[in-house]
Amino acid sequence: MQRNGTLYTILFAAMVCGVCSILVSGTSVLLKDRQKANMILDRQRQVLSVAGLIQPGEKVSADEVRASFADSIDPKIVTLATGAYDDTIAVETFDQRRAAKDAATSQAAPENPAKVLRLPNHALVYLVTQDGALDKIVLPIEGKGLWSTLYGYLALDKDANTIRGITFYEHAETPGLGGEIDNPRWKALWQGRKAFDDGWKPAVRVIKGQAGPPEESPHEVDGLSGATLTGRGVTNLVTFWLGENGFGPYLAQMRSVGS
Amino acid sequence: MALAFSKKEREALLDPLFNNNPIALQMLGICSALAVTTKLDKAIVMAVSLTLVCAFSNLAVSLIRDYVPTNIRIIIQLTIIASLVIITDQILKAFVPAISKQLSVFVGLIITNCIVMGRAEGFAMQNPPWVSFLDGIGNGLGYSIILILAGFFRELLGSGKVWNYPVLKLVTEGGWYNPNGLMVMAPGALFLVGLFIWALRTWKPDQVEDE
Repeated sequence: MQRNGTLYTILFAAMVCGVCSILVSGTSVLLKDRQKANMILDRQRQVLSVAGLIQPGEKVSADEVRASFADSIDPKIVTLATGAYDDTIAVETFDQRRAAKDAATSQAAPENPAKVLRLPNHALVYLVTQDGALDKIVLPIEGKGLWSTLYGYLALDKDANTIRGITFYEHAETPGLGGEIDNPRWKALWQGRKAFDDGWKPAVRVIKGQAGPPEESPHEVDGLSGATLTGRGVTNLVTFWLGENGFGPYLAQMRSVGS
Repeated sequence: MALAFSKKEREALLDPLFNNNPIALQMLGICSALAVTTKLDKAIVMAVSLTLVCAFSNLAVSLIRDYVPTNIRIIIQLTIIASLVIITDQILKAFVPAISKQLSVFVGLIITNCIVMGRAEGFAMQNPPWVSFLDGIGNGLGYSIILILAGFFRELLGSGKVWNYPVLKLVTEGGWYNPNGLMVMAPGALFLVGLFIWALRTWKPDQVEDE
């Protein structure tokens, strides 16, 4: 067969593709369990860190993360529309992102600036307990930044109003600009701000420039220079998830229980 | 162990380190050299990944060089490189998840790294497998040297650390060192790489281009 003949070329290309795809899918299948374990561990680490149980920069082994998570974190499934807990769904296997994609377990979200397209019927929240009593509530949040969808957690105090921490575990914003949402110093600025105003409307937002200490500007967080649009995205997504379509009903219940 | 390499093999392995460095002389692979060198650990993982991809893509391309239809050879090279990069990315995700997350898209972008393509098309297509493999390792190491140097200085001057251990105590933590903000941004790496090239050409004046 001729080396530059059409048939030879097609057969050769097919063969190379076949070998390559076997190698790629083989590696992927072999390493899948390990990658999944890493992902769950990373998720737990993020929840612990937003809850303030791991300090930024602190080295914590995988076993310590699992132990600490099992000790002080209580995952709960919340029905978003009513804000009530739903104990009929197994927490271990619940995947909120998959639930949001499945038409049976989600609905189209109303038009919103955070560009959340589908709203899951249920969401996974984490209750942080200290000495047996509720200390913080960790809520999953997501929404559009500038380039990418940001996925993260927001930690509220047991009063369901004071912010105790925020973190994003997955995003693809520009490193050094929007990517600075990962900067521990910026994340620390959220602590102590109030999520809601006096009328219980979501009020916390990222402003342009600098905000004062939480006592002076309870609802404002410093903007990141060079990342106005990412900051706006963060404001939108936090507002959405604190609002009536997000965790609004749930947080209202938490407040009435707490007070 | 005595050097069992022939002259050609030695050249393929060692020339790219200083005499024909892919970044400093051929000006290839600059993009990732600027992007992933803010910290030493990132730079080293990237350097190792690229070296392995480059070596094995050279090996694979060289093995099939006499059978590849010439009109689709570039696309065949790309397929091989892309597969190797995906495999590398999967391995990083499984074994060093934290660093893999920081490197994010840059591991995937090894596919478009000119060094890998350049060596596959420029060297492996004309040379037997073993020497091509060594050439891949050599070019990977040449790239690695620059990345590791840049990573070392950027982490030291930009964050006062080496391999995540504080070396220069920062002002923010009660020390004396005021970190150089330029070093954590990509332009800092550009200046550093420029300085390396200057040093290299002072040492080896024959690399200076004619006016």
